Amino acid sequence: MFRNQYDTDVTTWSPTGRLFQVEYAMEAVKQGSAAIGLRSRSHVVLASVNKAQSELSSHQRKIFKVDDHIGVAIAGLTADGRVLSRYMRSESINHSFTYESPLPVGRLVVRLADKAQVCTQRSWKRPYGVGLLVGGLDESGAHLYYNCPSGNYFEYQAFAIGSRSQAAKTYLERRFESFNESSREDLIKDAILAIRETLQGETLKSSLCTVSVLGVDEPFHFLDQESIQKVIDTFEKVPEEEEDGGEAEAEAAAAPTEQGGAGDQDVAPMEM
Amino acid sequence: MTKQHANWSPYDNNGGTCVAIAGSDYCVIAADTRMSTGYSILSRDYSKIHNCKADKAVLSSSGFQADVKALQKVLKSRHLVYQHQHNKQMSCPAMAQLLSNTLYFKRFFPYYAFNVLGGLDEEGKGCVFTYDAVGSYEKVGYSAQGSGSTLIMPFLDNQLKSPSPLLLPAQDAITPLSEPEAVDLVKTVFASATERDIYTGDKLEIMILKADGIRTEVMELRKTLSECWQHTLSIVLIRISTLGSLCYLELCLKFSCVVNRFSFSYL
Repeated sequence: MFRNQYDTDVTTWSPTGRLFQVEYAMEAVKQGSAAIGLRSRSHVVLASVNKAQSELSSHQRKIFKVDDHIGVAIAGLTADGRVLSRYMRSESINHSFTYESPLPVGRLVVRLADKAQVCTQRSWKRPYGVGLLVGGLDESGAHLYYNCPSGNYFEYQAFAIGSRSQAAKTYLERRFESFNESSREDLIKDAILAIRETLQGETLKSSLCTVSVLGVDEPFHFLDQESIQKVIDTFEKVPEEEEDGGEAEAEAAAAPTEQGGAGDQDVAPMEM
Repeated sequence: MTKQHANWSPYDNNGGTCVAIAGSDYCVIAADTRMSTGYSILSRDYSKIHNCKADKAVLSSSGFQADVKALQKVLKSRHLVYQHQHNKQMSCPAMAQLLSNTLYFKRFFPYYAFNVLGGLDEEGKGCVFTYDAVGSYEKVGYSAQGSGSTLIMPFLDNQLKSPSPLLLPAQDAITPLSEPEAVDLVKTVFASATERDIYTGDKLEIMILKADGIRTEVMELRKTLSECWQHTLSIVLIRISTLGSLCYLELCLKFSCVVNRFSFSYL
């Protein structure tokens, strides 16, 4: 009953001490498709599920490079995410210009959080409707942070956001204790397995997910479809009974071999 | 009432020379490594070449090195922004336009930088762009900027006839020379410029850009007007030390070091 009276403005408190607009913004994050991040001592892997508006369109880009040592995966209002990515890139470039050294991730997430907080305390603004998983490397090692629309940020060993992320979180909760010492390959495999959890029954294909890695001596970059498919093949058995499944697997395997042809089209991201 | 003149200038000239030559599938960019101020040497090993991290464009600038460094930093940042927005590296013609705009942006307090941008264009052919301090630029087949440019440019006009902008009708803006010939020409040209220009010398840094990557070569140049003088001085010092006086030897060595840096035209 009370919710409706106190949820019009972001600058209105409810009697129970809540800002409903901010909470509604956090709901928007849950509407987006899943994004997952995990880190070891030396590497961070960000992965996301490729969801397209319709069969006719291409999927939206959810993982962005901020700098060689920082990447971000978003879930929620993609437009807000794009704008915030641009902000992060600009901050990173300005820091490099002035100090001739890479921007420490911890400082970037604080600036991002402060920016988000401003939107929760102005009557003419609205909170950003996007959750950001910021992965980065600095002198103290690899880090993974989650930035909320509320202006809070938390550091994680592994986290998942977006729709059906609970399944991924359950998987990660079982395995996270070993991540710190994981090798790069194991970390990637765990990320893809976590993605599979969110698909809940749908066959995992390399065209359905985007995976990115960054680490010590490894600048941020995306994994190509072939590499992802190879990892998938190590644990996915091609089911003979399922005609569709088998065909899909074969298609996904064939697509990457066509350099930049049909395979690329499938996952050609919409440019900024 | 005589006009008051500024007793402080925001600019200084650190000397040096930069050259670039464009070929059919390569581009050679070269610059000496001497950095000076007035009649003194600040460094014998300072690079004037900046790899824009666009694998098809390399910038070389002489003039006021503080402004050059600032200009390089601005270009590097702008290139990063471009890469984020377009998901690809800047082409050489694009970088050329960016450099021009960046320079003109400070039209009323210019970067004291005399630039030569070299690289490969979209078709893989070599291209060289030459600038003035405020951004006026032109695509040419070869160019020289800096203190030794007046010595080098006429010689290049003579040797590289066809890409000369002085010929009418305008011909192809690349030289028919092969890559080793162009590198050789650059070495010759710098060796000669070093002889007569006090601000050019020490080492020559050459970058050769081709489709498969960038190669760097370094060549020694004359460090003093008469290098045999240094050799003579060291022999004299050794002879003195055999006569016994170690303190005197130390003093002489110190003197030669000071002379080395202090005034390179006198010795």
